[in-house]
Amino acid sequence: MSEWLVSMTGIEKSFAGVHALKGCRFELQAGEVHALVGENGAGKSTMMKILTGVYQLDGGEIAYRGKPVRIASPKEAQRLGISMIHQELNLAPDLTVAQNIFIGREPRRLGGLLLDDKTMNARTEALLRQMNLNIEPTALVSELTVAKQQMVEIVKAISYESQVLIMDEPTAALSDAEIEELFAMIGKLRARGVGIVYISHRMAELKAICDRITVMRDGSYIDTVATKETTVERIIAMMVGRELYHAEGPGSYETDAEVVLAVKGLSRGKTIKNVGFELRKGEILGIAGLIGAGRTEVARAIFGADPVDAGEIYVKGRRVKIASPHQAVAEGIGYLSEDRKRYGCLVDMDIKTNVALASLGRFSRLSWMSDAEIEQAAERAVERLGVKTPSVRQRLGNLSGGNQQKVIIGKWLTEDCDILIFDEPTRGIDIGAKSEIYKLLDGLARQGKSIIMISSELPEILRLSHRILVMCEGRITADLPNQGVTQETIMHYATMREEALLV
Amino acid sequence: MKKAALALESGQNPGNRTFAFKSGFLQQFLAFGSLIALVVVFSLASENFFRFSNIVGILLSTAVIGVLALGATFVIITGGIDLSVGTVMTLSAVMTGVSITFWGTPIWIGLIVGVLTGAACGLVSGYAVSRLKIPPFIATLAMMMVAKGLALVISGTKPVYFTKTPGFSEIALGSVLGDLIPGFDIPNAVLVFFLAAIVGSVVLTRTLVGRYNFAIGSNEEATRLSGVNVNLWKVVIYTITGAFTGIAGILIASRLNSAQPALGQGYELEAIAAVVIGGTSLSGGKGTIVGTVIGALIMSVLTNGLRILSVPQEWQTVVVGIVIFLAVYVDIIRRRKTA
Repeated sequence: MSEWLVSMTGIEKSFAGVHALKGCRFELQAGEVHALVGENGAGKSTMMKILTGVYQLDGGEIAYRGKPVRIASPKEAQRLGISMIHQELNLAPDLTVAQNIFIGREPRRLGGLLLDDKTMNARTEALLRQMNLNIEPTALVSELTVAKQQMVEIVKAISYESQVLIMDEPTAALSDAEIEELFAMIGKLRARGVGIVYISHRMAELKAICDRITVMRDGSYIDTVATKETTVERIIAMMVGRELYHAEGPGSYETDAEVVLAVKGLSRGKTIKNVGFELRKGEILGIAGLIGAGRTEVARAIFGADPVDAGEIYVKGRRVKIASPHQAVAEGIGYLSEDRKRYGCLVDMDIKTNVALASLGRFSRLSWMSDAEIEQAAERAVERLGVKTPSVRQRLGNLSGGNQQKVIIGKWLTEDCDILIFDEPTRGIDIGAKSEIYKLLDGLARQGKSIIMISSELPEILRLSHRILVMCEGRITADLPNQGVTQETIMHYATMREEALLV
Repeated sequence: MKKAALALESGQNPGNRTFAFKSGFLQQFLAFGSLIALVVVFSLASENFFRFSNIVGILLSTAVIGVLALGATFVIITGGIDLSVGTVMTLSAVMTGVSITFWGTPIWIGLIVGVLTGAACGLVSGYAVSRLKIPPFIATLAMMMVAKGLALVISGTKPVYFTKTPGFSEIALGSVLGDLIPGFDIPNAVLVFFLAAIVGSVVLTRTLVGRYNFAIGSNEEATRLSGVNVNLWKVVIYTITGAFTGIAGILIASRLNSAQPALGQGYELEAIAAVVIGGTSLSGGKGTIVGTVIGALIMSVLTNGLRILSVPQEWQTVVVGIVIFLAVYVDIIRRRKTA
């Protein structure tokens, strides 16, 4: 096929002297799913922001259906039929599905005076039916699951007759079953001739859904390859341009070391059902399970972030009462949230404040702050964890995801926590930085820290954990030493629903 | 800051420290620059403006609102608001009057009673906001009405006069500086305002509670999940705001040589306006005491200058309103550029 749906060639973009895109290109055919991959900062999102009119290009050309176009604004992009589904969905939660889809162009009656809800709902119904979606047009968006909300966004894009659909990490918040649904939907769009740009860090998905893959690195175009003719290793190698840290599994540890944390009969409503387990010194305990299995809820309950109905917690054999994160930290427990920006750090404040946040009391005498000590501690943490930053006075939000995560780890190390709970430690972190985080976790365990690691990525669980807990619907369905465990075994337990147990 | 982020990820050093310094400097400069510009304009427009007596008058009229605004800065940096500072100021004034005039306590005890009254009201608001999870707007709105009512009840709806203790009015209107340096008759109220600003600035930037203040305003939930006892610190911060309010109450009582129970409502909005003009963000996490001082000065320079130019009172209010619009709009543009 010689005629591209979209072709971007020789794209140049600079921000105040920083050359963000250097002669980049990207071509999309009608009816193909084209992955755009690269580490954070590689220039993927800048490229897509140029295509959707958010940024203006400094040099290069964009052609749409063979004709050169200038995309001056997001509105212009939408008019051409280019839509983007963002990671953070742009829906109004308190409006209905139909109201969201037709927002800003609601059908009217009586000469435009009154809204015509009947027509709007009927047209929404037709759109949803077209896509085989079982969603009520009158349902409130807030009542839908994240996956369903995403479907609504996609239907909204289609209702604008979009020919190009850009999806940014569409599966980040979805369970495996929901990913299946999404892929089925993508299949339908592809059949209709829609060109799809698929941005994701998850290699397995790219192999499953994409026709071609374009790799970017450091603002440059690297290569475009057909998915069938390449391997995951090769794509990763192109992305990082360097050798990756490889290891078959976790390091060894003492299986009879002291039990530092014991949880018994932890319960909370329908989300946590009689959870109990032990964590030993120097151990990495992985918690696997599908989205909604209650893993984060267990972590937050242990940390005192949410109240519980019942349960006992023992730290180093001593029964403790943890009703708030304040008490948990006093017991030497640190928690790294899955949602870094919202719950993990102060993005608008500098690195040193973030490092010192959990231990500010220790950096003050009679309430007088010692900034020199804070700065030293921050510099130690930055050096120990290999944070890439010109200074500890740098605003945290200026760092990449991986470096932000390291700073948060630094916060708990500065507070000298012995028990660390990592909730999705590599979410939103690019592949090169991921392996650094893995090394870090290995190292911490070797130094005698005890780690609970929650992850939705099974290879990550298998790579890091000494022992694996599997959760399903709020219960622990398996407690496995990580020997000969496969992804299939974990999935078996992760889908072991209560009804199945009763039979 | 997007540019800096990109530069960092590609491994270059963009010299970000100077960049951050510049944007902070710009914010201060804008407020300070506007203040200077106003002073210059009014001085050129009327020879009566830049006279020692008029400048002293401006400073004196800034003192009460200024001290209120200093206190309000703390709560606003947490991302909260305190609507009660106007009437709590009145209640503090009344309690000082009750202590000195009705109970016959020495003046210094009356001062302590005034500050403690303000602090106690702040403590209750803080408890309502942090423990009871009542939104700050509502909790302090309730406190505003409670304090207003209590001030009327306790005073029997009549002003409390300090006629038996002539020394009391010296607190605001006397001049310690004038005694030291002949001719330099700056009223004590102004001195109190600047001392309060220095103390406030030190507390905000150099102490534990100040550090938590910014952390809570920047991201309250992340701060809580870092093991910080956020509820406790919020109570402390609202109490600090209350204590400043108590000081403002003493100043206004001393200036009027009486505690006027019906006065006070509306002061909270002027205080908030001063804080906002000074560049403190209502969404929390950002703000300075210097900014608030400048903000308060801008408001009184405007009113004073317009009065000297014989602009009617009604129009003065309109102009102040427009200035608030502009100040916040400039701040929003600045944020949009750096975000």
